[in-house]
Amino acid sequence: MLRYLVRRLFLLVPILLGVSLLIFFWIRALPGGPAESLLGERATPALVAAYRKRYGLDKPVYQQYVTYLKTTFVDRDLGVSVASRRTVFSEIRQRFPATVELSVAAMIFAVGLGIPLGFVAAKRHGGVFDHLSLVGSLIGISIPIFFLAIILKYIFAVRLAWLPSVGRISVLIDMKHPTNFYVLDAIIERNWSALWDVLKHLILPAIALGSIPLAIVTRITRAAVLDVQNEDYVRTARAKGLAPLTVDRRHVLRNALLPVSTIIGLQTGLLLSGAVLTETVFAYPGMGSWLRDAIFSRDYPVLQGGILFLAFVFVVVNLIVDLSYAIINPRIRYS
Amino acid sequence: MRGLVSRLVLPLAAVVALVAAGSAGGAQTKTVTFIIAGAADPTYLDPALVSDGESFRVTEQIFEGLVSLKPGSTVVQPGLATKWSSKNGKDWTFTLRHGVKFHDGTAFNAQAVCYNFNRQYNFTGPFQDASATYYWQTVFLGFKHNESADLSPSLYKSCTTRGNYTAIIHLSSRSASFLAAMVISSFSIQSPTALKKYGANQGELRNGTFYPTGTYAFSHPTGTGPFVFKSWTVGEKVELVKNTKYWGKKPQIDRVIIRPIANNTARVQALQTGEINGADLIQPQDVPTIKNNSKLKLLDRPSFNVAYVTINQKNAPFNKLAVRQAIAYGLDRQGVVNSFYAGRAQVAQEFMPPQLFGWTNKVPKYPYNPDKAKSLLRSAGLSLPVPIEFWYPTGVSRPYMPRPDLNFQAFSASLEKSGFKVTAKSAPWRPDYVKNVNQGTAGDINLIGWTGDFGDPDNFVGTFFQSASPQWGFKNQAIFNILTKAEGEVNSKKRVKLYQQANVMIMKFLPGVPYAHSKPALGMQRTVHGYVPSPVGTDPFAGVSIGGQ
Amino acid sequence: MSVVELEAREIQLEAPSGLWSEAWRRLIRNPGAIVGAFFVLCFVAAAIFAPVLAPYGPKDQNLLLIVKGCCPGPSSKHWLGVDLLGRDVYSRILYGARYSLLIGVVSVSIGLSVGLVLGSVAGYLGGFVDSLIMRCMDVMLAIPGLLFAIGIVAMLGPGLRQVMVAVGVVNIPIFARLLRGSVLAQRENDFVLAARSVGVRRPTILFSHILPNAMSPVIVQGTLAMATAIIDVAGLGFLGLGPQDPATPEWGTMLTDVNDYLQTAPFLAIVPGLAIVISVLGFNLIGDGLREALDPKLRGRA
Repeated sequence: MLRYLVRRLFLLVPILLGVSLLIFFWIRALPGGPAESLLGERATPALVAAYRKRYGLDKPVYQQYVTYLKTTFVDRDLGVSVASRRTVFSEIRQRFPATVELSVAAMIFAVGLGIPLGFVAAKRHGGVFDHLSLVGSLIGISIPIFFLAIILKYIFAVRLAWLPSVGRISVLIDMKHPTNFYVLDAIIERNWSALWDVLKHLILPAIALGSIPLAIVTRITRAAVLDVQNEDYVRTARAKGLAPLTVDRRHVLRNALLPVSTIIGLQTGLLLSGAVLTETVFAYPGMGSWLRDAIFSRDYPVLQGGILFLAFVFVVVNLIVDLSYAIINPRIRYS
Repeated sequence: MRGLVSRLVLPLAAVVALVAAGSAGGAQTKTVTFIIAGAADPTYLDPALVSDGESFRVTEQIFEGLVSLKPGSTVVQPGLATKWSSKNGKDWTFTLRHGVKFHDGTAFNAQAVCYNFNRQYNFTGPFQDASATYYWQTVFLGFKHNESADLSPSLYKSCTTRGNYTAIIHLSSRSASFLAAMVISSFSIQSPTALKKYGANQGELRNGTFYPTGTYAFSHPTGTGPFVFKSWTVGEKVELVKNTKYWGKKPQIDRVIIRPIANNTARVQALQTGEINGADLIQPQDVPTIKNNSKLKLLDRPSFNVAYVTINQKNAPFNKLAVRQAIAYGLDRQGVVNSFYAGRAQVAQEFMPPQLFGWTNKVPKYPYNPDKAKSLLRSAGLSLPVPIEFWYPTGVSRPYMPRPDLNFQAFSASLEKSGFKVTAKSAPWRPDYVKNVNQGTAGDINLIGWTGDFGDPDNFVGTFFQSASPQWGFKNQAIFNILTKAEGEVNSKKRVKLYQQANVMIMKFLPGVPYAHSKPALGMQRTVHGYVPSPVGTDPFAGVSIGGQ
Repeated sequence: MSVVELEAREIQLEAPSGLWSEAWRRLIRNPGAIVGAFFVLCFVAAAIFAPVLAPYGPKDQNLLLIVKGCCPGPSSKHWLGVDLLGRDVYSRILYGARYSLLIGVVSVSIGLSVGLVLGSVAGYLGGFVDSLIMRCMDVMLAIPGLLFAIGIVAMLGPGLRQVMVAVGVVNIPIFARLLRGSVLAQRENDFVLAARSVGVRRPTILFSHILPNAMSPVIVQGTLAMATAIIDVAGLGFLGLGPQDPATPEWGTMLTDVNDYLQTAPFLAIVPGLAIVISVLGFNLIGDGLREALDPKLRGRA
């Protein structure tokens, strides 16, 4: 187990180096540069040339790559954003918690609703509810996420005015942000009205972002429960007269949740992709919309640092999922 | 089993029910707060070092310049200076207001004025970057020690004081547009004490990027204006509070919150839900939504822009006047203005808006006429259809061109009716499109435009046509000369005449086809009063009040 | 095992007529798959017969229809109303099917063919080549898909072809992993070991023995990838990265307006949205049906 962990950690290095190279050369292949995007109509060729020189883009490529590695591993602040003039790391400290909060809320929605739905569908295998849940989950993955987000927002925020339409927190609320996870911040500060406000801001984006994971979790749960139900130990448990509820809880659900737990890890990349669109619709100040903007404004340091950071998170989450899988299921041995 | 499901589902249902019960209305506070949304965060709150409208939206409330604009116009009025004069167009004497204090309690005086101008004049290293000091470079061209060969010698020479309340700015040559440019927020007066204390001039090149090491512009911008900086949470809000010691009329609102909402529709929807009191940059398609809402109203930003079609004369046959005229007759400008500006624009006849002096009705006009266009093309000895590469930008909405793609589609349809064969080319606005336009590589014709920075024709036609540029690909010494002469002319009557002549010459030569001056829209709650939009986009919030209907 | 026996076994495995015909029977008994097939058929028919079915050209403008900046809804002349330039939405939806179909097929083919080669080579050769290829795939997978696609379009410039390449490239690692997995599973099968032991050349084994048997998950994934490709392209269009000519009746680009016109002209927003949902749902239903039909675990149960 430990050897496996060490080997996996060791493998992270080439992957992340590969990502950094990929990002680096991709950025150099982009047409245009930050000067044009900052100055708009006012960018004359002379200004652009001066800008490239100032920002070191005329230096040899390997030198630029070394600089990039230096900001990442020596300075550890990932460089300075061209657009905001703040360090990329300080921006990540603000925006990453926003995206994590949104993704976690989306996963809670997906798992909280998907497991019971999948479970019930499996218990009534072949029934109307089963078919409905299958079709529903297929429709769920067939709707473009931004389309769903816009429709949800139009109905629940604009028309019915039940929920706020933009942002993470009402701007009238003054609260300290020790962690930048606003839910945690509100709890730490014991500011319950702020907590309520933050949760309200999370609901619609989380539902939009969670729709695809919901569909997937429902289906996986259903399939897993169907599989497990026919296993010998479940039959044995039933045969020896255990209450159906106990059987369901102790044997069926517990074992069926194994595949579900891996799926949650695999959704990380999907959530981050979806976050780009969801954050755009709800003006939610997270990583997704920030990186999208950075691509359009050619904010090189943000792209280099931000995407590398996301890639790091992604591979680490996958590692944790693999490990936890091994812990949950002692039958699996890594070597 | 039912127990299990209910255990999982019930808490969720409870949350949903609670949410439905709660309303989206904001918290009740005793202080009067004005919440307005723009499209993005400010870049930086040191006005000397920015050039974008979102930063100016904030700095305009915190800082004041020597002169300001009469609300809703481009007419210069007293600001921190009560009087000014210049006999020769080179030495400008400003008489300053008494009893004004910066937010940090230090006194405003002539020394502070000179400190601010000298600060920018003496900028070195990363501060000489155009992205940092764009407006200094536009107005004063260069620095004390220019570090780049591209910079010209500075127009600014020195600043002297006479007593505490007279400051004299000396220029190295005559300039008539200097005074009008002093309304730009970049030249507002900041507290010298605070600038020094919080390291406003400290910055370094970190891996090629300008990195301010001081905290001034992020957390301590200090001016004399009606509002005092309180806090800035990136991505969420900038918060300002009333300056209780303001020298002028005190604001009626206690605090201002400026929010960044990038998505246009999201901004309008936030206005509908009451999450914000005002929204800038309303798109034409949202105009009916606001008009039909009894709680909202629409405000007009006076038109101070021009949208135009560039014609690149480097490419034959567009160096022929007849072909350019054919393009002008072949563009259905009235149709585009009627269809895509929600009644908030007029067809442009020349390259500057009618509100600005120097505009004239005597220019040649080119109403949509496909047959005339075709016969012009034939008269130029061309066989129809004439191929033409037409560029438009994507991923952008400019005040003068809210929907470039729609303008493009209508124009290319009308050009095809007029004997042209259009090849469509697009590029994302940020950053490839503008570069291609400026370098003259954006096809034969392309869509672009301009929003004025200050009330002087030099900021329009002077910017476009005072010298040869790759964008237009022509050399017409007569036009270059008259514009240079007009810029330096101190006699204002003669100046107006010169610009009128220039406009006629330009529209006869037809380097491009101006097509729209738009009136950008803002949306407000009906309860907001006293908000006066500025033509150049820097709206003062000091006169705003909230209440009633 | 004698050579004769081996050959007999091979014939049986190479012509898995039993497998396919059984799968087919299972598929046509699945109501979901039938509905999906119907949707996809409509979609393909719209794409092929657009010029016959559409009452107007996809780019025919009529600015005279535009009243006060926006667009009249459905009428007898224009079944689904007209858009901002007075173009017939119904005709544009029909022509749009062509683009969505094209984009889907081309981008999935790119992802599938490159992924297929990389994955099968990695899986079959193993060792260093395997590690190298799969680490590269890991690198690609480590970047969120949509950002990756945006990045590629940003690099290549906007345009339909670029969008197809972007979506295709994002699909490469998915197919590569899938193929490698199935090839690995097949590699240890008896018949492959046998073929190798009698000296059949490696490429021959790969192409005539392993790949055909590893295909069924690829077919399933390919159908599902068609669905995601259409959605991804719509997402790119929503972010302003659609085709060069804005008059192109591409659904994603048409949907870009969804946000802007939901309040003033909801039809403009909802129609292309529904077109996307229905065609995507069609592919998903078929993909799902195929998965069940081809799943060896479920095979015996029916």
